[in-house]
Amino acid sequence: MDLASIYRAEYGRCVATLARLLGDINLAEEAVQDAFTTALQKWQTLPPNPGAWIVTTARNRAVDRLRRESTREARHAQALLLHHQDEPREVGPVRDDQLRLIFTCCHPALAPDARTALTLRLLGGLDVPEIARAYLVQEATVAQRIVRAKKKIRDAAIPYRVPAEHELPDRLPPVLTVLYLMFNEGYASTAGPLIRTDLCAEAIRLARELAALMPDEPEVLGLLALLLLTEARRPARLDPDGELVLLADQDRSLWNRPLIAEGHDLVRRCLRRNRPGPYQIQAAISAVHTDGAATDWPQVLALYDQLLALSPTPVVALNRAVAVAEVHGPAVALAALEGVDLPGYHRLPATRAELFARLGRDEEARAAYDQAAALATNETERAYLQTRRNELTRERRTP
Amino acid sequence: MRQYLLSVHFVEGAPTPSDEEMQTMFRETGRINDDMQAAGAWVFGGGLTSPDSATVVRVENGATAMSDGPFAETKEHIAGFWVIKCADLDAALAWAERCAAACGPVEVRPFDDLSQA
Repeated sequence: MDLASIYRAEYGRCVATLARLLGDINLAEEAVQDAFTTALQKWQTLPPNPGAWIVTTARNRAVDRLRRESTREARHAQALLLHHQDEPREVGPVRDDQLRLIFTCCHPALAPDARTALTLRLLGGLDVPEIARAYLVQEATVAQRIVRAKKKIRDAAIPYRVPAEHELPDRLPPVLTVLYLMFNEGYASTAGPLIRTDLCAEAIRLARELAALMPDEPEVLGLLALLLLTEARRPARLDPDGELVLLADQDRSLWNRPLIAEGHDLVRRCLRRNRPGPYQIQAAISAVHTDGAATDWPQVLALYDQLLALSPTPVVALNRAVAVAEVHGPAVALAALEGVDLPGYHRLPATRAELFARLGRDEEARAAYDQAAALATNETERAYLQTRRNELTRERRTP
Repeated sequence: MRQYLLSVHFVEGAPTPSDEEMQTMFRETGRINDDMQAAGAWVFGGGLTSPDSATVVRVENGATAMSDGPFAETKEHIAGFWVIKCADLDAALAWAERCAAACGPVEVRPFDDLSQA
């Protein structure tokens, strides 16, 4: 029996259910943790439905605790529990509860940093040190963000509910952003090892939940497809020495075929909806990359044009320039990068360096590689950039 | 039901609205007030005179001292406010959105538990 994996799988669902029953996130978390502690002592064999066992135990614990306390809040929570008294004793984990909790954690009235930390904590079951490691911040900072966010949810009465249909265009994007950021931090970590598989897996798990909960929202499906198709290429992203391998040089036989098939299927489902959004287009680009033996660059460029029209950000312009280089050559791509400004982001000078190198403008390429290496925070990426720069020097010296 | 303070702020040096803009602002504010009352959200509200008409009263060691001017020496001052009661933050934010469209940025702040009782 592996209590750790049960914890990871069930924590978020149990907290979500208890939060609905108790109307209080803190109390819900404490009760669920209590119940897991009890499970650790009592479980000789696994109960048939571990999640339901945890919810029932947590609920009983919460009732006991509330009886001992006599604050106004405790009375309020007790009233809520009594209100739900007629429910069956074995309360099964309810998916709607998780959806409500995701929207609560990602409420626009909370700071973006707090949204991610809270989502990882309450829905992913990650503890404070794990979140701090994932985002390279002090544990105290993460703890404070979470405490503050939970306090604001309580004090300001941020509702524990799924927004109405007409509110979704405003309320869904922060939820998608949180899952996207979580995955990206796992896929290209700011520091430490390049890839944090656990964080990627957690983001995908939550994106799957969200897609199961909102199967009619094409952007939700688009995000899931994007994450799956990106994750599918992960096994080929580093060579046996741990060095970065660019997409064009990757061994495609290492890619995860089932994930690619699932991603492609989702992209097709999105296309049928015909309500394109930024995540769907990015997923479609990933689908083109993972289709057949080589990338169809004109198609990728067409999709980037569409993406740039929809979200004209400098990062999109940068990624589009890479496709421009493949279709129209490095000189046109360099021109496309004129005026693109991304202060502190190493990928802009890295892309410029690559284009200069292809044009034989070694001097400028070297300067751009140096600039990129100085900005890169991840050691694997920095090493890659330095290698490219040194190759340039070697090639120039040996005629 | 919870109570929230919706406050509107005046920034020193910001351009003074024209008479016409002021009229529009007053008209829209009046409409919001009526709608708040009709919805049962209205508790109290009003606009304040300029911060130079404020007085700060302090009592230290039993002695009362008064000083001319507002408490905080900042460029932003509260210019008016509403106290509303509604079910949750989303409902308060929906009112705040209308207020902000009429009067500029609005801060939404919940009253504490003791005041809610």
